[in-house]
Amino acid sequence: MTDLSTQATTVESHSRTIRWLRHGAPAAAGRGLSALTPVLATVAIVAGLQLLVATGAIDERVFPRPTSIGSELWDHVQQGSFWESVLRTLEGWALGLGLAIVVAVPLGIAIGSSSSAYRSVRFVVDFVRPIPSIALLPLFILLFGIGMSLKTYIVALGCFFPLFFQTMYGVQSVDPITLETARAYRLGPVMRFVFVSLPGATPMIATGLRISASIALLLAVGTEMVVGVPGIGYDIYRAQYAGERPAAFALIAASGVLGILMAIGFNRLERVTLRWHPSQRRESGE
Amino acid sequence: MTRRLRAILLELWLPVLGIALWWVLSDDSTSPFFPPLRRIVEAFRDNWLFARIDTDLVPSLTRFVEGFLIATVVGVLLGLALGLWPLARRALAPSIDFLRSIPAPALISVMILLIGFGDGMKVAAIALASTFPILLNTIDGVRGVEPQQLDMARVYKLGYWHRITRIVLPAASPQIFAGMRVALAVALLVMAFSEMFAGTNGLGFFIVFAQETYRIPDMWAGIVMLGIVGYAVNLCFLAFERRILRWHRGWRATAQER
Repeated sequence: MTDLSTQATTVESHSRTIRWLRHGAPAAAGRGLSALTPVLATVAIVAGLQLLVATGAIDERVFPRPTSIGSELWDHVQQGSFWESVLRTLEGWALGLGLAIVVAVPLGIAIGSSSSAYRSVRFVVDFVRPIPSIALLPLFILLFGIGMSLKTYIVALGCFFPLFFQTMYGVQSVDPITLETARAYRLGPVMRFVFVSLPGATPMIATGLRISASIALLLAVGTEMVVGVPGIGYDIYRAQYAGERPAAFALIAASGVLGILMAIGFNRLERVTLRWHPSQRRESGE
Repeated sequence: MTRRLRAILLELWLPVLGIALWWVLSDDSTSPFFPPLRRIVEAFRDNWLFARIDTDLVPSLTRFVEGFLIATVVGVLLGLALGLWPLARRALAPSIDFLRSIPAPALISVMILLIGFGDGMKVAAIALASTFPILLNTIDGVRGVEPQQLDMARVYKLGYWHRITRIVLPAASPQIFAGMRVALAVALLVMAFSEMFAGTNGLGFFIVFAQETYRIPDMWAGIVMLGIVGYAVNLCFLAFERRILRWHRGWRATAQER
């Protein structure tokens, strides 16, 4: 089996060499151009949209020209009120996510460390997991009123479950051999937790954090839209209802940019934790 | 057998205890927001057995299924194309990344602006938001197909169509199903959300309307119903997945044994 696969890779590398010999090595200029592909394609898509709207193929009253969305976005970026809204959204995002982390991670570690505790909560967890947390929004409106705390608690609720599962599964999936080894070396429960379980679960927790971060943004914007709490979601709602289409699309695009920045940040965070993880594994394998 | 019974008991004691405690502790509750569980059960019976099944549950589920099916077809087809065609994948990567980063509620706003209110908007929003997990997972699955298998197929002169249906799709199917499972949760969320935000019927609308008119037991009954729907939909999907991927699990098990 392994022989076959090494043979195949050898054949593959040979055929690549042959291709190079026949057609010449991939030119540096070609590589530079291919790095530009995403940029060029995106520009082409936006230009194509602009053309479709300008020629009337797409009704401008339905979808505004990309250039007018762009200039609207530029106007917003220069206004303090736009940044105020962004800050309000990020505030709910950060407070809710922070609250969820503080509650979910220790709880996940505690329940994940004991197999009977894990099996006791499994059914409840399976039942609750598919329920969209937005279902509890009406109850939360009654309990907390309309304001910042409502947004914070909804975000915290939505982030709690993914973080909790990921932490629980992370602790459970820690290499049993490493744990047994630690036990054989008479490491106490506290030491085992700090040096084996927690580091072993970190990549899973990081993934949970990345998932929760995007859910948190979704719920913050969503709560603002439905309930009318100040933030970028509320601005989208107002622009949409006032029929200010370029402004509405500009704000929606801004929320997308916010999402992208968040994804990039958390991906980087995850890469840092994952980079460290395999090195740890190699050490235990030696 | 007793071992199995103990395992079942271990999984069930907590929910049973929780519901029992809820029933007993809330029985003489005068809090307007936490009515006695008895009244929630009565409200549940009055609304969901079976008075509002036709008017609220069926419309919700119809939109959900339509949106999810559209997302699956679009996600898998587009994912196949982009997975097999690196140039297109690189070209579209920024656009896809941007669209999928827009929070789902804002996508509902997009659909309201483009299509207006109504069923079509909700189905389109559900479909759009739940396409991305399927699309990205399909791309990953297609890219992860063993190159040797593809080379082998080429050696045996399998046509393009057969290479896709016999090798690429089966090999990518576990990943596609993983994406569909994520998409299921997204679709449910957008379904409830679109009805809360711009609905005239459906589960989400029912819950919000009950809250706005201070019919709190009804609101609770709606939340419970949404929970049951979420659980049931998930269960159905897992059963479907197990059926479709049965061959795969077996294959994987033997591959690991070697």
